[in-house]
Amino acid sequence: MMPRRPLLPTLMGAALVGAAVLTAACAKKPVPLAPTPSANADSAARADSIARAEAARQAELARARAEQDSLRAVREREQRDAAQNADAMRVLAATIYYDYDQSDLTDAARSLLQAKVPVLQAKPATRIRITGHTDDRGSSEYNLALGLRRAAEAKAFLVANGIDGSRIDIASMGEEMPAVQGENEEAWSKNRRAEFAPITGGSEE
Amino acid sequence: MIRSNRTAAARLSTLVALAGTLALFAGAPRVARAQNPTQPPQGVRLGLNYALGTKPGVLVLPADTTAGDSLRAIIQRDLDYDDRATVVMLDEAGARALMPKSGDRFNYPLFAKLGVVAILRPQHSLTGLTVTMYDVASKKRVQTGSFTLPDTPNSAAWRMAVHAASDQIGKWIFGTPGAAATRILFSGGDKQIWMMDSDGANARKLTSLTLAMSPGWSPDGRRFVFSGFTARGSQIAVYDFLSHDMTWQSATPRGLNITPTFSPDGTTIAYASGADRGTDIMLTDVGGNDPARRITVGRGSDNTSPSYSPDGRQIVFMSGRAGHPEVYLMDADGTNPQILTEFTYGEAAYRASPDWSPDGRSIAYESRIDGSFQIMTIDLRDRTTKQYTSDGENEDPSWAPDGRHLVFSSTRAGPRELWILDTESGRMRQLTHAPGARLPAWSPLLAGR
Repeated sequence: MMPRRPLLPTLMGAALVGAAVLTAACAKKPVPLAPTPSANADSAARADSIARAEAARQAELARARAEQDSLRAVREREQRDAAQNADAMRVLAATIYYDYDQSDLTDAARSLLQAKVPVLQAKPATRIRITGHTDDRGSSEYNLALGLRRAAEAKAFLVANGIDGSRIDIASMGEEMPAVQGENEEAWSKNRRAEFAPITGGSEE
Repeated sequence: MIRSNRTAAARLSTLVALAGTLALFAGAPRVARAQNPTQPPQGVRLGLNYALGTKPGVLVLPADTTAGDSLRAIIQRDLDYDDRATVVMLDEAGARALMPKSGDRFNYPLFAKLGVVAILRPQHSLTGLTVTMYDVASKKRVQTGSFTLPDTPNSAAWRMAVHAASDQIGKWIFGTPGAAATRILFSGGDKQIWMMDSDGANARKLTSLTLAMSPGWSPDGRRFVFSGFTARGSQIAVYDFLSHDMTWQSATPRGLNITPTFSPDGTTIAYASGADRGTDIMLTDVGGNDPARRITVGRGSDNTSPSYSPDGRQIVFMSGRAGHPEVYLMDADGTNPQILTEFTYGEAAYRASPDWSPDGRSIAYESRIDGSFQIMTIDLRDRTTKQYTSDGENEDPSWAPDGRHLVFSSTRAGPRELWILDTESGRMRQLTHAPGARLPAWSPLLAGR
């Protein structure tokens, strides 16, 4: 989402331009009860005043345009950054999947993990938690350990690729939090997974 | 039927009702024409003769207490669930017709004809309940027991006191008590710890956490240990029934801490703790904050679900160290680990959830057979195995204190529920009607609690 920019400088610029035009308009009117100055001096002063007002107006317009351009640039950069960040977070959060009763990383899991490495390198302050899950076949107690081993394998891969292990917590929910309900291979294959989430709320414990 | 009605017509209708309502819970009754009716009034034929097999028949007479009917029903159900006797079922009117007019002068030959070996007579007394047992063969009173009953009939404590009387009756007849005065802890479908009586009564929820699993009783039945999940992870906790306090064990504050069990002397908790290096069995002192002692060397494998031998000298547990989940034995200090079940090279077996029997002789576990999990036992003397189930997924066996019954979770009738199995007869009954029930733990005897 774009952060809102203050409109005040733009409005102030417009007000100044308006004031300058008003001043110029007033200056055109003859002053009835003034002492009579020389005609030449008077008209020269008037022309000079008009030119000054015009110059000020042009300068102000240029300044407002420049400000608009710069605001647009900031907005565009922010949009680009946000999109890039969202992409990065998607890459970081991408779930990886495992084979039945296995914690070994599949080729697909490795390539998803590899893509997380530059993201973590670009965000050295970010810590993540990897939570391993299993399908609901087998001992639900043993599945907690299996889920943890899956998370540990994913962590080991990231550490081997240069990420500081202290930035990665591992956890397991075993078969307790299935992504998909169902007693078939389609559901099971979606539940044998490790999920990645940035750790929020400062330091843990 | 009116007990005091002595007219021949009333007698006749009583006996007809008796014949109509006489039924046995187990064993096919064989109805035959009696050659020698014993003692019926003139004109009445008692044409019943039962082949009872090897289980002795017992008959529980109606109780003369305010809560008599439910009291009799509880004792009858306890003796039936005990699976050692055949409970001769008579409705109250039929049973009253068999009561002596006064004193103990039963019509013993008539009871013998009904296949009754022991007559049980519950009566109201100053202490609450007195149960007298009569031996039909010797035609005399052989046992009398007094049991204190709480004032409120059908309260949890009252029911437990009646169950204790049933267990004592089992001890009179068979020499060892039954396991009726017990409770079962389990993980409910709502992922909280629940408890119910062994007959399914008094179900109640005991935890309110993100997730609570794997309850295990203290040997004295006053506490239980379990694995509780919070936002910080999973931790071992002890719940005290008296104070209702829950105490987190802080021996391993981080990581995965699961599958706790008490040692038989109640001083130590064995559990599994997991981190980057894998999951290993740990020991910690109950309530203490001492560092946990790791007793398995899993080398990155998963080791969970410990269960102590009754003498406390050994621990059975499951491990994936051989590449697939198997059941192992080790000494209680972690030395001498050995695989329990016969290892077939290349076999992708999956054996899990071991529980050591109270008599120390066998271990119950679950084993994957043709793709489904089944309840098995292995005899520790000759390592012979026995399979008890074949329908659905059957898991998490836990022994009753009688060393004969197992409670386990099963999908045999649809959603996962708790079932009770008699390992002697193979008889099964459904305990819960709460989908998702699993990980049961059967208490020790809780008489007087």
